[in-house]
Amino acid sequence: MTGFLFAQSATDQFTLDVIVRNLLLATRWTIALSAIAFIGGGAVGFLIMLFRISPNKILRYISAAYVEFFQGTPLILQLFLTFFGLSVLFNLNLSPWAAAAIALTTYTSAFLGDIWRGSVQAVPQGQWEAGTALGMTYFKQLKRVILPQAVRMSIPPTVGFAVQVIKGTSLASVIGFVELTRSASAISNVTFKPFLLFSIAAVIYFCLCFPLSVLSKQLEKRFATDG
Amino acid sequence: MDYTMQFSVVWNNVGLFIQGVFLTLQLALTSIAFGLVLGVLGALGRTSGNKILNAIAVAYVEFIRNTPFLIQLFFFFFGLPGIGLRLTPWQASVLALAINFGAYSTEIIRAGIEGIGKGQIEAGMALGLSKLKVFRHVVLMPALGNIYPSLVSQIVIAILFTSVVSQISAEELTFVGNFLQSRTFRSFEIYLTIAFLYLGIVWFVKFLAFLIQQKFFSFMQYIR
Repeated sequence: MTGFLFAQSATDQFTLDVIVRNLLLATRWTIALSAIAFIGGGAVGFLIMLFRISPNKILRYISAAYVEFFQGTPLILQLFLTFFGLSVLFNLNLSPWAAAAIALTTYTSAFLGDIWRGSVQAVPQGQWEAGTALGMTYFKQLKRVILPQAVRMSIPPTVGFAVQVIKGTSLASVIGFVELTRSASAISNVTFKPFLLFSIAAVIYFCLCFPLSVLSKQLEKRFATDG
Repeated sequence: MDYTMQFSVVWNNVGLFIQGVFLTLQLALTSIAFGLVLGVLGALGRTSGNKILNAIAVAYVEFIRNTPFLIQLFFFFFGLPGIGLRLTPWQASVLALAINFGAYSTEIIRAGIEGIGKGQIEAGMALGLSKLKVFRHVVLMPALGNIYPSLVSQIVIAILFTSVVSQISAEELTFVGNFLQSRTFRSFEIYLTIAFLYLGIVWFVKFLAFLIQQKFFSFMQYIR
């Protein structure tokens, strides 16, 4: 799945360029998992946001509890609960890939839902009232008046959270999903070069995350000055 | 769903869970304390006006914030022995957690330092307050009050992060879960219990933080 080749005499054959190539190949899975978590988490997170701002009390409580659980427990436990827990509970044989995708999606959805709720609630109440005065329905107010304003505010923190998602995927390695961190561990186990392997892995993660961090900060600045 | 949950594994090992909670709290407290020292140093570097110190602090913050904690932990635990520095799991955990927390708190504390208006200090002087009183009431307490909410959420995140150190078999709450899970295979019951124990710890810390805010930072509502 990673495309890495177990060499017979590992130390000789894992030259620096072989190591780097294998780690870069594994990075594809880090990116794939991040993308799935972000897209899936975005979809579920949008629903969570709708529930959080809903006029219905029960929906608000359910979604608040959901956010509280996923924000108040460690991601690593959420991965364990999904991987070991769902398997025994529903007699499923979840692959590490599926478990990681589910756990990271729910985790991402809780955070994005909360970020977006904040943006929607930052739109002044008068905007809703103006919509009502114009005879718009609830969803029309949301779609035409509130969301267009909220989206602008929510973009910088959303991009910033993408960094947390990418870093979070490294924890999927603990349930056996082979991505960048897992590959670095595996290769360091056969080459006995953990210092080198984890340094390269750190640099690759940095190259993925740093541009997003910078982008998030710039967007924040731009939107702040635009007013 | 033909699985019957049996929480007896939890009741039978209640002592281990309690021990795990205390180890987690101890780990979090130690590393947050060291991390805060790093954060203050980092923030001083960021605001010192010295280009080199600033560059070092920026590099530290950006590198830590843009790499996963698990990689940092593996680097300290598995990587450092390669250059002759062998750490126990507990030492490596405290080091990694403190360095991680230090990077995030650097940015928070820097924002606090930069948030103090010069005009405020001059106003304090003009009112005839002594230098010490100006420092305490105009500089220190409002700055602490400003950074307090973000610091508390960062502390909560740091507490949740301590769970990751179970991967280098440092003993804390998640480690207890892995240990019991491998003996009893009651994974769902055990991990669910542990998840709620973390939630309990988080709520306890948030409640403490709220009390501290009421006691020391209630004046903040009159500022701005």
